[in-house]
Amino acid sequence: MNQSALTARNVSLVSCHSCHLLCEMRSGHQNRHLTCPRCGAALHQRKINSLARTWALVLAAFVCYIPANVLPITHITSLGHVQSDTIMSGVIYFTVSGSWPIALVIFVASVFVPLAKLIILTFLLISVQRKTNWRQKDRTGLYRITEVIGRWSMVDIYVVTILVALVKMGALATIEAGLGAVFFGAVVVITMFAAMTFDPRLIWDTKEQHNEGTNQ
Amino acid sequence: MESLIACHECDLIHRVHPLAEGTVARCSRCGAVLYRHKRNSLDRTLAMTIAGLILFVLANSFPFLSMKIQAQVQESTLFTGIKELYAQGMWQVALLVLLTTILVPLIQLLSLLYVLLPIKFNRKPWKLALVFRFVQRLQPWSMMEVFMLGILVSIVKLAGMASMVPGISLFAFLVLIFVLAASAASLDPHLIWEQVEFKR
Repeated sequence: MNQSALTARNVSLVSCHSCHLLCEMRSGHQNRHLTCPRCGAALHQRKINSLARTWALVLAAFVCYIPANVLPITHITSLGHVQSDTIMSGVIYFTVSGSWPIALVIFVASVFVPLAKLIILTFLLISVQRKTNWRQKDRTGLYRITEVIGRWSMVDIYVVTILVALVKMGALATIEAGLGAVFFGAVVVITMFAAMTFDPRLIWDTKEQHNEGTNQ
Repeated sequence: MESLIACHECDLIHRVHPLAEGTVARCSRCGAVLYRHKRNSLDRTLAMTIAGLILFVLANSFPFLSMKIQAQVQESTLFTGIKELYAQGMWQVALLVLLTTILVPLIQLLSLLYVLLPIKFNRKPWKLALVFRFVQRLQPWSMMEVFMLGILVSIVKLAGMASMVPGISLFAFLVLIFVLAASAASLDPHLIWEQVEFKR
């Protein structure tokens, strides 16, 4: 009667992470290194150490997020005068000078998206650890959002790359990348890995445990 | 067991039903897309991959943007910025840009061609499973469409201080993004996995 309990894990099957083939999980093989008979990927019922790895990556990203926003990402040298810009000072410059659509794009991609992604992942990690079965479908939706939006944070890195390539006018104007760009790139890469290591099935695992509890 | 599939996002088991063309099967519990039946998947993806490779060569061979201040003209290809970042000691950022805008898209297009072309002629490519697994792993790291947004932002940023002239590459680039998106959208991974013979 209880349909929600019919998951691959409850019937000793493993779904391959790579080709989605359902494989049998024979007892006795539990400790051995199993591979998918079709595509050869390693088989796990859940991503290995998902919570610990995601926590580590999320914390590392939080740490890098600070220098990414405090340190300058570009140094503009114009007629001997050097001006250093952080991400936020660029956003403020564009709102003041009237190009608010650009200011909005940079703010959303570089400030809002990485932070939103980190907060969502932290929230998902805590909610999974508390074994709550509160709004599981919506939480899976939140996870999908973090998977999709992360890549768009790279915009600022690309803008710096293009500016550095184009603005080489000798004494007139040159642009150099700042240390903030390195940390910012690290934030983007680390949060992408964090989204990949998080296993959304953990959100649903508590439900089955609850149901089993009420059935017995 | 052949006809069963577990949702990759919540692990619920579903029976696989044949789908009508262009429709999608979703998980009944969490709503994740389980599988789709795409129209003409193999031919379309192959066509888009070949078009993508041609455009990729074009996009990387010519300058994509030039900047004019009075008599001074500064041209830039995709690679100039990476070289310049490296010269400034920002090799980490240079490497990241090189990977996400040049190497990964190129490797992905080449591997897709390697997988799809033999299948089209009813042959099984060598190490198909390994190569296709690699293609799927690389997918999130190809960021050409994000780079396009970066180009647009840079144009607006610099428009105030100089006149910007778009190059041939910029147009090749623009089309390439749509071709890459179309290739990703028409690819049906289940179709490729069915080609892999295996013993249970």
